[in-house]
Amino acid sequence: MAQENKLITLENITKKYDGQVVLDDLNLYIRENEFLTLLGPSGCGKTTTLRIIGGFETPDVGRVIFDGQDITNLPPNKRQLNTVFQKYALFTHMTIAENIAFGLKIKKKSKQYIQDKIDYALKLVNLDGYGKRMPDSLSGGQQQRIAIARAIVNEPKVLLLDEPLGALDLKLRQDMQYELIRLKNELGITFVYVTHDQEEALTMSDTIMVMNQGYIQQIGTPEMIYNEPKNAFVADFIGESNIIGATMIQDRLVEILGAKFACVDEGFGNNQPVDVVIRPEDVDLVEPEQGTIQGVVTSLIFKGVHYEMEVEANGFTWLVHSTDLSPVGKQVGIKVDPFDIQIMNKPESEDEEAVGINE
Amino acid sequence: MVKRLIQKGYIGLVIVFLYAPILVLMVLSFNGSKYRSKWGGFTFKWYRELLENEKILNALWTTLLLALFSALLATVLGTLAAVAMNRMKKLPKAIMMSITNIPILNSEIVIGISMMLLYFAISFSLGFTSVLLALTAAHMPYVILNVLPKLRQTSRSTYEAALDLGASPISAFFKIVLPDIFPGVLSGFMLAFTLALDDFVITHFTKDAKVSTLSTVIYAETRRGIEPEIYALSTIMFTAVLVLLIVVNRMKAGAAKKLAEQQK
Repeated sequence: MAQENKLITLENITKKYDGQVVLDDLNLYIRENEFLTLLGPSGCGKTTTLRIIGGFETPDVGRVIFDGQDITNLPPNKRQLNTVFQKYALFTHMTIAENIAFGLKIKKKSKQYIQDKIDYALKLVNLDGYGKRMPDSLSGGQQQRIAIARAIVNEPKVLLLDEPLGALDLKLRQDMQYELIRLKNELGITFVYVTHDQEEALTMSDTIMVMNQGYIQQIGTPEMIYNEPKNAFVADFIGESNIIGATMIQDRLVEILGAKFACVDEGFGNNQPVDVVIRPEDVDLVEPEQGTIQGVVTSLIFKGVHYEMEVEANGFTWLVHSTDLSPVGKQVGIKVDPFDIQIMNKPESEDEEAVGINE
Repeated sequence: MVKRLIQKGYIGLVIVFLYAPILVLMVLSFNGSKYRSKWGGFTFKWYRELLENEKILNALWTTLLLALFSALLATVLGTLAAVAMNRMKKLPKAIMMSITNIPILNSEIVIGISMMLLYFAISFSLGFTSVLLALTAAHMPYVILNVLPKLRQTSRSTYEAALDLGASPISAFFKIVLPDIFPGVLSGFMLAFTLALDDFVITHFTKDAKVSTLSTVIYAETRRGIEPEIYALSTIMFTAVLVLLIVVNRMKAGAAKKLAEQQK
């Protein structure tokens, strides 16, 4: 990309609550038209980051730049962005149409303009003809779509979404994910999305920012985050994985649990301790003599799309996903393709260390 | 069977003891005879005389003005205080709650006398204004206690959503927060109004000779022997308060029902 258009930049943002650090020197930029997801467990600082962008919190240190302007101390009602709140936050004493018109009336738009916008927004979120209803009479999913409609009629440059699907059931959540992607494409605006649901993040985002304990762990495309997690926290948080302590013998050769595996990573040095991540679906179970290491199946669960098995091998319990069934007690060999082995540096800093890394 | 009879009888007794005096008063207000011990036939005479009694009508007018304005002031100030307290952190909030509760638990005579002493100390002349301010201060905690729970129920995010959509903090409060907490504000106002309406003690200590309210007039009259007009006046006051009470309770029940339906 030649010239990246940075719409929002967060510079050295630090935020403390009652002496507890929530965000520590966070730097981030958001490009125009990007679907950025802030992903992390609760308390990781993702919502605080969103609230700082929205203007509901002021950072103790650092600046927020929006479209070239410093908006760090600008109150939310003066910012060119709108938020979709976790619990919809619809105005229950107003009709749906009045809810949607709220922002436009403050901007003193003409009656005709407001009516057109209401019709357009209701059509956009597939709730044509709901204008006269009260928020209470709508289902959770419908209320959330009204909350989105209410935000987008103001034509914000950025839409902030704070776990908007958190209160919906699974099926509805999946439908709404497609709906949001469609909306994003139709509106052509920037979405900043906060969630703790890794599947949601992988499905919708252009860019994912994984956060933990106030620090950015990794920023990248969903594919990068999933296939090449930078550290054990990211690997563990995004999907299931086998994270194993190992030694990098030399470029493209790693020793895992006493056996040598070919891999594709270079530049970690010779005989360096590292962590390796192997996704359960990338572990191939073969005949014992064909495997790099040998083990025995200790557990088998049917998961619908695949079987989930645990294999005891060289003192480590491997998590394996496969459509082929291997019964409990069977002797198997384990094989992993070189490009399915992801090498990561051992955690260096305290913030990486602080996360619970599964053995 | 017997148990139920005893239960019913007991409740009946309690009600009789509570309301028999008022019933007697009401009956006497329609008594044609001036003497309590004699029934002189049904009459509206005392009510007619009451309406012609300028002193009492003046007192009624003063009472209504005092009740209305002190309740309005207490409602505005109490609501503002509740909004601020709701935003406070735990410890300051607990301290403020205690400060709020003290005037409610404190006996009225202490409030009345201390108000009077305060007015003397700052050489504030006693009169309508001094009573108004004293009643406002004494009844503001009731408003706070009615508004705070409503504020706790409303989510902060609707207020933030209004800001997000471009509303200034003040317009967000009036357009979004106030409609949400309005039932609490209204019941706080009603409570402050009825309390001020029949207040005697605080008014008695903070007024001067020129100000007279219904309760102070009645008190002064009774020292000279009770005129039957007072029975009529008391009956009207009791009925007015009763109607107000029923209205407030109806509203509360309606709001509770609506809430229960929403949660279904």
